[in-house]
Amino acid sequence: MARERKPSSWPRQVLTALDTLESEAIHVFREVAGEFDRPVILFSGGKDSTLLVHLAVKAFAPAPVPFGLLHVDTGHNYPEVIEFRDRIAAQLNLRLEVARVEDYLADGRLVERADGTRNPLQTQPLLDAIAEHRFDAVFGGGRRDEERARAKERIMSLRDTFGRWDPRKQRPELWNLYNGRHAPGEHVRVFPISNWTELDVWRYIQREDIDLPSIYYAHERPVFRRDGMWLAEGPWGGPRAGETLETRSVRYRTVGDGSCTGAVESTASTLDEVIAEVTASRLTERGATRADDRLSEAAMEDRKKEGYF
Amino acid sequence: MESELLVESQHRDLLRFATAGSVDDGKSTLVGRLLYDTKSVLADQIEAVERASVDKGMSTPDLSLLVDGLRAEREQGITIDVAYRYFGTPTREFVLADTPGHVQYTRNTVTGASTAELAVLLVDARNGVVAQTRRHAAVLSLLRVPRLVLAINKIDLIDYDEAKIRDIEREFTELTRSLGFEAPSIQVIPLSALVGDNVAGRSERTPWYAGPTLLEHLESVPVEGAGGHFATDAPFRLPVQYVIRPRTDELHDYRGYAGQIAAGTVRAGDEVVVLPEGHRTTVSEVRTADGPLDAAGAGLSVTVLLADDIDAPRGALIAAAADAPEVTSEIDATLCWLAEKPLVPGARLLLKHGTRTTQVVVGALTSRLDTEAVSYTEAPEQLGINDIGRVSLRVADPLPVDPYARIRTTGGFVLIDPPTGNTLAAGLVGDPLGSVAAGVGSS
Repeated sequence: MARERKPSSWPRQVLTALDTLESEAIHVFREVAGEFDRPVILFSGGKDSTLLVHLAVKAFAPAPVPFGLLHVDTGHNYPEVIEFRDRIAAQLNLRLEVARVEDYLADGRLVERADGTRNPLQTQPLLDAIAEHRFDAVFGGGRRDEERARAKERIMSLRDTFGRWDPRKQRPELWNLYNGRHAPGEHVRVFPISNWTELDVWRYIQREDIDLPSIYYAHERPVFRRDGMWLAEGPWGGPRAGETLETRSVRYRTVGDGSCTGAVESTASTLDEVIAEVTASRLTERGATRADDRLSEAAMEDRKKEGYF
Repeated sequence: MESELLVESQHRDLLRFATAGSVDDGKSTLVGRLLYDTKSVLADQIEAVERASVDKGMSTPDLSLLVDGLRAEREQGITIDVAYRYFGTPTREFVLADTPGHVQYTRNTVTGASTAELAVLLVDARNGVVAQTRRHAAVLSLLRVPRLVLAINKIDLIDYDEAKIRDIEREFTELTRSLGFEAPSIQVIPLSALVGDNVAGRSERTPWYAGPTLLEHLESVPVEGAGGHFATDAPFRLPVQYVIRPRTDELHDYRGYAGQIAAGTVRAGDEVVVLPEGHRTTVSEVRTADGPLDAAGAGLSVTVLLADDIDAPRGALIAAAADAPEVTSEIDATLCWLAEKPLVPGARLLLKHGTRTTQVVVGALTSRLDTEAVSYTEAPEQLGINDIGRVSLRVADPLPVDPYARIRTTGGFVLIDPPTGNTLAAGLVGDPLGSVAAGVGSS
């Protein structure tokens, strides 16, 4: 995935912000490879997890990435993204485990919510997959700039045997020394891109020429309006009575469950245009397009405590 | 417009800094003001703050709400650890470690300061330098944060009184000199976070102040290497994190020693020593996934290839042969105790230094620092939470350590509680505050 390119500042003494963030993330990947037995990368095919996989490749090159991928599939994903997910896993020859929310709905372990949103339903299959495969370190693409509960998240974050996050039991992180000790049954969530902003992610994707699913770029799509967001037509219940489909030029800023991830109107069809748009944007990416974070003021905090990503 | 923006961004570097202050010094408002004035706060966040401010009966938006914490904190009236904030200007990105003031101030200040290149210390202009300011400054000096800013906040509440501000500046300058800071590393800025005076924009009400605004200062201080605790101007140090062995036919003999350069710079041909064993060899190549490099400096994650076939597993330290650290199993150190459970002599713990974790037995506690008086109390019985003290340690595996005052990365370590896995202490090799405390007398 990486093309020939030297860190942009050499022989200058100062690293650029992107060089610094890249080195920090690579350091975290290597620490986990050195200290854990069964790490896994949460990989949805979205931009943040694609970035994680790219960084993992760079951390261990020319050897292969020494861990596999895990996707919690709500069944409401965009076909382009699923295709992309499978293609990347095959290209890198990485083992991909898929935990399916629909299996849980089929046998009654989970019940569809009244609002049709499946994001909160991902927690149980995620925790079961972690237990079943005995994963001890789970990489996620969470960033501290996304949301206030995440602003206080550590880079290595301990989860108890129930997968829960206890903000009061977080370990202080000093210098670049990470403490990943955990008891059997506990695991550690690891966030190598904690210190990246949305704009850093896009600038790095541009610098490294990282391939992304097409839905991140402007395209024509039949959408309908709900709660101030443009939602795509799909098996997740839409459009309902009173909601009309219309074709618009849109793109996605985040890729989550189709029932609650909205598109933004956009004509940005290239990376340059996307970066210009993100720079000028007046809404945070979660505020603009994620209904699940609008559920309540502390929605993310509550889901994290239950064991969500 | 678009291309201009991209050209700018490619040369942006990154400054890590921390804030510290007492509860009512207006730190949240200052952080909120920095985010707001650099347009790092987006429409939906501002709307949320405006709504909440109206609910509280306020006429102007309360910027401190932008950095409001978790619901668990609001409900229980506690502050959990450090929160990280991000903002940027066309020339620089900032990672701000926002450390809460009153509770567990040592734990939070130490954590935030450990990676900081600069710290902003707040005082209320009405109160000036208080006991908490002295404690914070002592901890920041101990952690060797290279630069300090004293933000004299709420100057609108003292009618921009120059004489009063000069008095505070004098007292602070005296304090920092006694703590070993040199004059060029100190900047005193009178400001009002609430009104915005001298934060991003210059105040018309302080014509007698010729210095930079806070944001100008943050933008102009030099950053070295990857910034923060990574010093380029130091001998080369690379803790080996992982050995990369592809084991393919064409790369059958490839053995790459991967790690983040902890200090100094390295280039092919450099003489190095692999510690603790002490084997000498030469660097044959320095590379990243993007290809070989002519040179690489502190903070960069690299892979180093060595000329000789020697063993350098995870936990080893590759160091400049001409200036290598001492390998020792007896370490005199200063501990910042971060846990509820106190430290008593004889405790058996784990110590993580670089990429090596080893067992450690705590020997005598030789002294405890009174951060307020910047003086030591001899032979304390224990160290409690937020205490700072000097101890002697004996480690199971000899470690290559540098004095913390010389190299922050290879002079720092953490202590871990074996049964719970909790991080108990930040450790600094040697006595980084020693000469300073001696200068003001110890009791």
